[in-house]
Amino acid sequence: MSSPIRFDDVHRRFGARAVLRGLSFRVQPGEVYALLGRNGAGKTTAMRILLGFLAPMHGRSELLGVDSRALTPDVRERVGLVSEGHALYRWMTVDEVLRFEAGTRTRFDLTKAQTLRARLGLDPRAKVATLSRGQRAQLALLAATCGAPEVLVLDDPAMGLDPVVRRDLLGVMIDLLADTGTSVLFSTHILSDVERIADRVGILHDGRLIVDATLDDLKRRVEVRFVRDGAASELERDVPRCLRAAPRAGGHDLFLVDVADDTRRALANLAATERQGAVPSLEDLFVELTADDRNAAPDAAEVTR
Amino acid sequence: MRLRVDPTSPEPIFEQLVFRVKEAIAQGSLAGGDRLPSVRELARDASINPNTVARAYEALEAEGVIVRRQGSGCFVTEKGSALATSERKRRLDALVQRLVTEGFHLGFGARELRDALAERLSATPLPPRRDS
Repeated sequence: MSSPIRFDDVHRRFGARAVLRGLSFRVQPGEVYALLGRNGAGKTTAMRILLGFLAPMHGRSELLGVDSRALTPDVRERVGLVSEGHALYRWMTVDEVLRFEAGTRTRFDLTKAQTLRARLGLDPRAKVATLSRGQRAQLALLAATCGAPEVLVLDDPAMGLDPVVRRDLLGVMIDLLADTGTSVLFSTHILSDVERIADRVGILHDGRLIVDATLDDLKRRVEVRFVRDGAASELERDVPRCLRAAPRAGGHDLFLVDVADDTRRALANLAATERQGAVPSLEDLFVELTADDRNAAPDAAEVTR
Repeated sequence: MRLRVDPTSPEPIFEQLVFRVKEAIAQGSLAGGDRLPSVRELARDASINPNTVARAYEALEAEGVIVRRQGSGCFVTEKGSALATSERKRRLDALVQRLVTEGFHLGFGARELRDALAERLSATPLPPRRDS
């Protein structure tokens, strides 16, 4: 089966601001892909282009094998979407939202939706306007997942939700994945959720992916060493496979990817030492790779394989 | 049985799961013939991706630790590792070598290492294996 989601060298600017500058990646069938990036990095833009709501200025994207600019209603029906802020008609009741979905989507499973609705404790007669953020997020995800989507696109579904509600949301997603092997593309700020649920992680920075790797690979391939001497820019230049030299009290932490003999030699010359927890958390890595004082990402500093 | 994983640990979640299952069997909280939770149950319970659980179960099955029975789930095998004796011996040697090396660098001598291993074995008696 071909990749249900594909980006090939997608560029998009808004006025003078280039938001995407050559975004390329794929999501495989059944894969859960987490798209990370700081605010304004272009995550929402990428999703809007994928769904055909916005045209790329260069390059192309495909959804279920169809060019995003030529999506037909029957392709759209195979896609579930939860947008930022969970767009729902505020005057509808919970029950009406679900019936509305059932009426507009032939694949929608109303019985399953009602069962899940009850399990989550959502009152069918409550108006959307009176629901909490968390309840709205649950309802939006429910509506998206009960349409038996082959691809699910979630734009920051956990934004503003407390940990308990987020766990429930993850539960709904896990059930969906276990049932059907749906491909999922989601963006989020909650990196611990990513570590639980993602198969693959992409970090969007300066309009491109500077990381595109499975989570397991990332954990295996990235290490941290501490050195006392040298300036950050020199270290980043002189140590092979150094993603980033991050200032730390009395020296720098070197974030290294795929350490090989050339790296080891350079480290020996610098009298680098192991640091406790030599493997950085996803959060450490994210913060260091996307920090503001970092110059435009040099091509060498990528984990995209 | 609850299998705990730490998603923030540098160790990949599926490796953690593989080890947790092996540990549970070695400590006797899981025995030959016991049924493991389904992929979905475990994914739900630990809030992790079902793909990850499925991958861990595949790895355990490939090593002969568990067996999948069509339609009824995954079970702990009755007779232990399906690996060839030579391969089992090779892996054990590698583990012992690692223990000796790391132990040495922690500043322990041969006697202390022997004692530590003996102490661990008497503190956690291994459940009997049917074929050994």
